[in-house]
Amino acid sequence: MSAAPAYSEDKGGSAGPGEPEYGHDPASGGIFSSDYKRHDDLKEMLDTNKDSLKLEAMKRIVAMIARGKNASDLFPAVVKNVACKNIEVKKLVYVYLVRYAEEQQDLALLSISTFQRGLKDPNQLIRASALRVLSSIRVPIIVPIMMLAIKEAASDMSPYVRKTAAHAIPKLYSLDSDQKDQLIEVIEKLLADKTTLVAGSVVMAFEEVCPERIDLIHKNYRKLCNLLIDVEEWGQVVIISMLTRYARTQFLSPTQNESLLEENAEKAFYGSEEDEAKGAGSEETAAASLPARKPYIMDPDHRLLLRNTKPLLQSRSAAVVMAVAQLYFHLAPKAEVGVIAKALVRLLRSHSEVQYVVLQNVATMSIKRRGMFEPYLKSFYIRSTDPTQIKILKLEVLTNLANETNIPTVLREFQTYIRSMDKDFVAATIQAIGRCATNIGRVRDTCLNGLVQLLSNRDELVVAESVVVIKKLLQMQPAQHGEIIKHLAKLTDNIQVPMARASILWLIGEYCEHVPRIAPDVLRKMAKTFTAEEDIVKLQVINLAAKLYLTNSKQTKLLTQYVLSLAKYDQNYDIRDRARFTRQLIVPSEQGGALSRHAKKLFLAPKPAPVLESSFKDRDHFQLGSLSHLLNAKATGYQELPDWPEEAPDPSVRNVEVPEWTKCSNREKRKEKEKPFYSDSEGESGPTESADSGEQMAELGSSEGVSRPGLSPPFPLSFSEQSEEDGKRKTKKKKVPEGKEASSSDEDSDSSSSTSESEMSSESEEEQLEPASWRRKTSLSTPTVTPPSVQPVSPPAIVSTSLAADLEGLTLTDSTLVPSLLSPVSCVGRQELLHRVAGEGLVVDYTFSRQPFSGDPHMVSVHIHFSNSSDTPIKGLHVGTPKLPAGIGIQEFPEIESLAPGESATAVMGINFCDSTQAANFQLCTQTRQFYVSIQPPVGELMAPVFMSENEFKKEQGKLMGMNEITEKLMLPDTCRSDHTVVQKVTATANLGRVPCGTSDEYRFAGRTLTSGSLVLLTLDARPAGAAQLTVNSEKMVIGTMLVKDVIQALTQ
Amino acid sequence: MIHSLFLINSSGDIFLEKHWKSVVSRSVCDYFFEAQERATEAENVPPVIPTPHHYLLSVYRHKIFFVAVIQTEVPPLFVIEFLHRVVDTFQDYFGVCSEPVIKDNVVVVYEVLEEMLDNGFPLATESNILKELIKPPTILRTVVNTITGSTNVGDQLPTGQLSVVPWRRTGVKYTNNEAYFDVIEEIDAIIDKSGSTITAEIQGVIDACVKLTGMPDLTLSFMNPRLLDDVSFHPCVRFKRWESERILSFIPPDGNFRLLSYHVSAQNLVAIPVYVKHNISFRDSSSLGRFEITVGPKQTMGKTIEGVTVTSQMPRGVLNMSLTPSQGTHTFDPVTKMLSWDVGKINPQKPPNLKGTMSLQAGASKPDENPTINLQFKIQQLAISGLKVNRLDMYGEKYKPFKGIKYMTKAGKFQVRT
Repeated sequence: MSAAPAYSEDKGGSAGPGEPEYGHDPASGGIFSSDYKRHDDLKEMLDTNKDSLKLEAMKRIVAMIARGKNASDLFPAVVKNVACKNIEVKKLVYVYLVRYAEEQQDLALLSISTFQRGLKDPNQLIRASALRVLSSIRVPIIVPIMMLAIKEAASDMSPYVRKTAAHAIPKLYSLDSDQKDQLIEVIEKLLADKTTLVAGSVVMAFEEVCPERIDLIHKNYRKLCNLLIDVEEWGQVVIISMLTRYARTQFLSPTQNESLLEENAEKAFYGSEEDEAKGAGSEETAAASLPARKPYIMDPDHRLLLRNTKPLLQSRSAAVVMAVAQLYFHLAPKAEVGVIAKALVRLLRSHSEVQYVVLQNVATMSIKRRGMFEPYLKSFYIRSTDPTQIKILKLEVLTNLANETNIPTVLREFQTYIRSMDKDFVAATIQAIGRCATNIGRVRDTCLNGLVQLLSNRDELVVAESVVVIKKLLQMQPAQHGEIIKHLAKLTDNIQVPMARASILWLIGEYCEHVPRIAPDVLRKMAKTFTAEEDIVKLQVINLAAKLYLTNSKQTKLLTQYVLSLAKYDQNYDIRDRARFTRQLIVPSEQGGALSRHAKKLFLAPKPAPVLESSFKDRDHFQLGSLSHLLNAKATGYQELPDWPEEAPDPSVRNVEVPEWTKCSNREKRKEKEKPFYSDSEGESGPTESADSGEQMAELGSSEGVSRPGLSPPFPLSFSEQSEEDGKRKTKKKKVPEGKEASSSDEDSDSSSSTSESEMSSESEEEQLEPASWRRKTSLSTPTVTPPSVQPVSPPAIVSTSLAADLEGLTLTDSTLVPSLLSPVSCVGRQELLHRVAGEGLVVDYTFSRQPFSGDPHMVSVHIHFSNSSDTPIKGLHVGTPKLPAGIGIQEFPEIESLAPGESATAVMGINFCDSTQAANFQLCTQTRQFYVSIQPPVGELMAPVFMSENEFKKEQGKLMGMNEITEKLMLPDTCRSDHTVVQKVTATANLGRVPCGTSDEYRFAGRTLTSGSLVLLTLDARPAGAAQLTVNSEKMVIGTMLVKDVIQALTQ
Repeated sequence: MIHSLFLINSSGDIFLEKHWKSVVSRSVCDYFFEAQERATEAENVPPVIPTPHHYLLSVYRHKIFFVAVIQTEVPPLFVIEFLHRVVDTFQDYFGVCSEPVIKDNVVVVYEVLEEMLDNGFPLATESNILKELIKPPTILRTVVNTITGSTNVGDQLPTGQLSVVPWRRTGVKYTNNEAYFDVIEEIDAIIDKSGSTITAEIQGVIDACVKLTGMPDLTLSFMNPRLLDDVSFHPCVRFKRWESERILSFIPPDGNFRLLSYHVSAQNLVAIPVYVKHNISFRDSSSLGRFEITVGPKQTMGKTIEGVTVTSQMPRGVLNMSLTPSQGTHTFDPVTKMLSWDVGKINPQKPPNLKGTMSLQAGASKPDENPTINLQFKIQQLAISGLKVNRLDMYGEKYKPFKGIKYMTKAGKFQVRT
């Protein structure tokens, strides 16, 4: 192999003559006549002032490193250039430095000050790369400097630098593990980071430095779950595998006593056969044990993890899919594991290396959960083009999946495989047939017959393998198969494969009473060839001789003696030992050894049939998808997957402190209740929900569900009720004078509360303390809690979302209803639709009234004011055929029959802008004329306020991180620093509802876009001295961006 | 995580090495060479090889082994996926990924590898970002760089790295705004001796080439999204929209990328567009065997089948073949025993046919295995599953893009057992 020369080249060193120098003239492919002067000219080039020469030199040096050549003697010349201005030279110097600093520690120190300067650079890229190189130099002396740099970078403004800091942690740890405690502090700090960029890297650092400090995860658990989908792929893998371990320590096993409820609810969806079969039994047992053990209820956090990882099964990255698959395998209730099968089968289309790993894992899973992969049996069929190692793994899976019903098809497949040209594969197939035969009693005879036929195959390997398998099968019922044994005995003349010969001999010896006439003859033949046999065969010959001596000593006594004497002088000590031992046992000596009387019992004891087992059995004690699982041996640094705890640890550790905003006297009580709050509706409806939330949403058919999966349990009934109520409310709202609404600010205003509401108010106040999900539950069980009379109070915009959302709004009445009433009509001033001159006397203005449009909740209602400044009446005002872009719809206003001169009128029309700021163009027609007009909405009018508590706001915001978040910094002018003006300006710009907030200099607003109902969350964080940061979270990124622009403009003007 | 990377060519030379932590001596590759020798064929080298102190994880592509050295437990797919990503990146940078190309661009390769991993953990793997950090070599840039002495290393942090859409570079500008989508479906099938289908499934991908200015927000909807049984997305696709509305909504990366790959649900019967008639027989007595194959169209929905090639691995006993094709050209390699027949287009009136005799080793008994026939073909303008794109809309930008969609059906792993 040419590895040897390559290796010696490595050692050749730089000064060696004939050292090929690569990179100078790449075209000629690496055969160079070069001399060691080359390095001199490289040094010269590095010493010049010309960047281009330096660059050329550095490129050649890096090419040398890439080829594995030693370039360490250039170190002094290179390190001088660390401060070079040219960015590419600098980069290449960094590359060199990282490679050789370990060998030249003293000289490397010269470069440190450059990096220390770089750490203070205003450019984040330079800060990051300085930290990266500094931490990559493996020089123990600079550990304190590194520590300091990491600490500083961990609180850097730029998330990119923080990410680099996270990467630097394991580097420092591997250099000096004494720093562990300090590093853990940094990790703890970075774990709290909210950006997706950092999350993956810091969890990786956590896994390398302190995987045992599971307590650091508690507070960040929910955040990590929620961020997961936006983290880059590599981070996802690391986080998922860490969370798998975490969940194993913190939650109870979902499988040990699955409750009745869960079993039944889920079976309909993923009824795998195994579960089906188990179902009946487990119901009884569950029912029996019910009084003894309390039914298992999945921790909402456990559910959160399962729910948030499921979409990642759709990832393009095989590693992520595998990570989720193992998470489900180890953590999900039995009934839910099925979802991963499809994704894993998909991976079989990928590169063969990926197939190899996935098949190994599928093989393990298919032993435990056969039902899961049964529908995909055909996906494991083998193609002649598959590499052998893949073929053998697929065979393993097929064997695991074979059962009573599909065995005919599987065996037919196996038949075609036996004729393959790939002999290793054929041998594996024969073994697989043997395994099928042992596992499925019905086909044992068929298999055996098939295997016997193979005995006449021309390929010796095939025959040999068949013999070995037949031997195992025969042990199960030897009595009926005398014929086969005879047939095998005849084969001894031809078969040369030692293992097969040994198998035949063993069979004949073991069942010599079935073939009394042939056995001695076989022994005779073997005695003749004894000296030429392989060791393994020799041992079996001795065995055969001994057994025959015991049963038929008359015929075989001499033969046995002959064989034993031959064995006595064999070269192999095992054989000599065996011969001596056997002789003492069977040949009665003068001492009349007690043992020889029992020799028959010893040799011919009935032996249990061997069990043919998969080599993948019990591999699942290793975490699936891990290297250790693949190798079936513990790899260095493997973290054991802990067993489920008997008792669930305190779940409250995962609660995150939220600033208090409710007037909650009993803090303790609130904390208690807070837990189910995070569970969304899943807390109680968990079993039915689960994996299926997607379908449910589809059933609902409403886009509102989009941003809050699982939040809307289907209540078709409530829909119709609401729309009725809808109308009522509209009329009611209109009566409320506008001016009053505008003037009332954040304070509690009960102006709109009807009597019916005040009846409710005591109740709602009470409920306010309760978590959302609990609330919903009560409302379900006791429908009286939500009398229809209360509904008009709930905010209009979200009427159609769901009952749940309604109730949320409802209970928060006293504190949050205000902003909707506050939304001032006047603040979006009248805009001109048609000028007096263009309209020939007809003046048309419009305003956005911000009231829900009665016909269709998705429409923005626009008030149109007509006034007639001409001196003739204008008749038949109506909207002509609109030409609208896709998706945009108009609800026309009723025709105004006549408008007398000097008179004005107002009409309301609804426009569905489809969440875009495209203009709605239509014609305004009178009896005589047509005017082309267009209405373009400001982005702020495309939404309606939504009411939510601070907690909900935070939770929703957490879901809308990453690419859905837009942040902008701004300076608030002096005039615009009071609470009142800020709130007014924001609400004037956008139709959002204020969300109560614990801290005084933070303002939060929430709304939903009208058409799709996507959440729009706006946060304004005012800092001292007028600096402020505006964040908008919305799934509609375009709207988010525009909104940010508009709000900033409004605030800074 | 990943300690080092070695690139090994088919003749066993280590032609590039890169270390992200302390240097691992290249002698560790000896274990790999051992395994390679044992495996006889390149594709049978186990992807994971344990050695006393390290683990070697390798992928084999473009006749190059990419061998990663790791020291501690790490999900093997993590490493394998990364190695494939490295190959894809090289391909993206240089057009092809081959030993001479890597050697020619060794410095760029080294710099790219440096950016892709930090301390063995992936740092920047999106090609849009990498290309901003290290510009791919083009002839023009090489010339400019030599003259002006400028470099192909970016000095700005790629904006994408920090933006909310990390896969897209910012400030994209085109004069012609175009978005092309190719719907490519592959039929994987095993057909048995008698011509009946043992297993057949359709796997599809949508590859996109999007060259649009600014930050366009695209939505793509299908006429019949229910067909898609199992899908995997580029990270840019908003999963929630798909879950709820079955619409692909995304801000695309710039340039070429794979938007989605899918699997068509198994309930739909797969239309097999071609049939293969074969008559391959060996006789015990004579040293000649008969060989005849006919390929013809079956269910093609009125489209022509093009680019048909037939390959077959003949049994070892076959010494040579003398065949005459009715169209196309054929070759038989007596060393590898590989028969390949480049058919071209199928004329439904006159199905192509390849006929002749095989000469077998004299005296040896007839081979007991029959060869498997592998088929390749293409059908333009047809997605065999019937999938149809309904419309493509763009939001967020004002201009009107040029949109195009193309359908194609290909044979995937299409095998006929004889």
